[in-house]
Amino acid sequence: MSDSPKPAPATPLQPRRRAILIGASQGVGAALARKLAREGYVLALLDRNAELLNKVCVGISADGLSATPYPHDVTDYEAVPALLRRIVADLGGLDLFVYVAGVIHFPALDEYNFEQDRKMVEVNLLGAMAWMSQIAPMFQNAKSGQIVGISSVAGDRGRIGNPGYNTSKAGLSTYLEALRNRLSRHGVNVITIKPGMVKTGMLSLPGAPRPMFAVTPERAADEIAHAIRRRSQVVYVSGLWRLIMLVIRHIPSVIFRRMKF
Amino acid sequence: MNNTFTQLENFGHSLKTACYRLQPRSVDEIHEAFQLAKQQGLTVTARGAGRSYNDASLNGGGIVLDLTGMNQILEWEPATGIVRGEPGVTLSQLWQKVLPDGWWPPVVSGTMTTTLGGCLGANIHGKNNFKMGTIGEHVIEFTALLPTGAEVTCSPQKNADLFYSMIGGYGMLGIFTSVTMKMKKIESGLLEVHAWPTRTLKEQLQSLEDGAPNYDYIVGWLDTITIGHGQIHAANYLHGKEDPEPQKTIQLAYQNLPSRLFGVMPKSMLHYFMTPFMNNLGAWGINTGKYITSLRKHTFRQPHAAFHFLLDYVPLWELSYGRSGLIQYQSFLPKETALQAWTEILSIAKRQGLPSYLGVTKRHRPDKFLLTHAVDGFSLAMDFKVTDGSRARMSAMLQEFDQIVLANGGRFYFAKNSETSAATARQFYGEETVEKFRKLKKRCDPNGLLESDLYRRIFE
Repeated sequence: MSDSPKPAPATPLQPRRRAILIGASQGVGAALARKLAREGYVLALLDRNAELLNKVCVGISADGLSATPYPHDVTDYEAVPALLRRIVADLGGLDLFVYVAGVIHFPALDEYNFEQDRKMVEVNLLGAMAWMSQIAPMFQNAKSGQIVGISSVAGDRGRIGNPGYNTSKAGLSTYLEALRNRLSRHGVNVITIKPGMVKTGMLSLPGAPRPMFAVTPERAADEIAHAIRRRSQVVYVSGLWRLIMLVIRHIPSVIFRRMKF
Repeated sequence: MNNTFTQLENFGHSLKTACYRLQPRSVDEIHEAFQLAKQQGLTVTARGAGRSYNDASLNGGGIVLDLTGMNQILEWEPATGIVRGEPGVTLSQLWQKVLPDGWWPPVVSGTMTTTLGGCLGANIHGKNNFKMGTIGEHVIEFTALLPTGAEVTCSPQKNADLFYSMIGGYGMLGIFTSVTMKMKKIESGLLEVHAWPTRTLKEQLQSLEDGAPNYDYIVGWLDTITIGHGQIHAANYLHGKEDPEPQKTIQLAYQNLPSRLFGVMPKSMLHYFMTPFMNNLGAWGINTGKYITSLRKHTFRQPHAAFHFLLDYVPLWELSYGRSGLIQYQSFLPKETALQAWTEILSIAKRQGLPSYLGVTKRHRPDKFLLTHAVDGFSLAMDFKVTDGSRARMSAMLQEFDQIVLANGGRFYFAKNSETSAATARQFYGEETVEKFRKLKKRCDPNGLLESDLYRRIFE
């Protein structure tokens, strides 16, 4: 936990929006943290990699903006309620929650790896549920707030390539949709972000596919920040993927199960 | 705990902050809330009706004790005029309880929705501050729960240091649990009100100065757009046979504010019709129109409730300021420097194109409370509309105002000002007062449990 000073309280003429961003040490998370800080958010940044996380925070603070690091492993579910309480008190409230944390393992076509599947479900799905199940009732009672989950186009279909990852992201997409249906009537917006490919470390892992219509993390962050401003609901990054996935979602099973991707 | 998370606002709807709101119904439950806060590592602040214009009853991300449920009037003695109530008792409850027996609260705010706890925390004043002082001067005794767990009884004789610092201490030392006050004896439910126009700020301040000794209440309305046009309302209690029917006028039915305008339009809708006027042009029109109608010098009789609770006359008037709400900037200046300082301040506002839409002046006298806002002089309260486009400019302008007020020996009031910085607060309170307060804080609240956004803004 951090001992850096609390951000100054908001006043009517110096309002402050406050956000928690989980998975902020690299890639889309780090880019989004920098983007939101520039937009005036006071940030609490979480990640299990304390060293990288600190670097991101130092970079943001050097620009005179506010970001405080809270090292945290999202699979430490029991730690969530107390940590959340602490962060909300430090921030002086909460307006936005963004869950970016995600892991991926690219298996061979005949590989079944429960250990890796479990890890993906724990980080990509259960970690999100541990946090969002705390934050949803808070926002519901406050009748305000936004929850953003970074899911993936991979959650739209179960493919031969990666059953475990597809499942974790499909679960996350469904969970976010259900939260949206529960919370929108209380004035709370829930955004599902579905990136296609983003040029991050994930694409250099062994077995990763060849990049296709890949965008930079900064471009992805810009589009996510735009979705937050607009209070969108389901957003593909980039927008081209909405079209691609529209086609892919409608490929009949009889064909899809014979395809090679 | 998560399902107590609530978005709370200031009076002007210009500041929204999410806090864990607990609603204790007894002293034991306040005690339990302290325990919960310690266990969760959170801070606590008290909130009554939420009628401060700033962050005094907000605690972003922390616990807010909403005390409006502790609203029993515990004792009322019509023979002596002494009343004892829980902290959530509103001024509305109070005057309605005591008036039929021929009494009136000695000091009231411009709205009757405020609570006793809130009134003591801010040590409110009324249009009779020059004569009756602040509400704290009419408190015989109060009890309060300290974060240490001790319940203390304070009066000017007993625990006097706590008495003079918790009143006006904005809930930063302890939470009021009961208040005993002395009411003012009245002989009629009516006031005789004199109204006359003033053409310049100088004339207005002179009117307050000269008028005060002759009246029980005096207040000025100032058109801060033209700088100077204004009107004085000065009122006296009616005595003896001046009111032919005192038994009738002190009845509640006689005092009630009408709920409809012209008997037709519900006043709860009135604020929608005001919204189009809440811009520089519309406010100029309203102020000018008001000045023209005030040019006639006249005298009339008015029930107490109608005279005092102007802010309740249009329900939800605050909403007419639009989505971003309003803030109030009030400065207290010694009578020697007031004219010069406010002339400077108002001309800056005019030059910036950020005029205040409503200005109110009052006459004040100093008091003995530690964190006092009073001076031997005047106050000017100004309402400003907040808009997204003007926030930064207005913020800079108010910092400039603060420096002018400090340079002229002025003070600020923390039920009102929302932007004053810690450095400014330290300067007008003085190092000695701040140190004294810190020592008391250490003694009453050694673990720093009581904190509001206001506390963090002006004491950290």
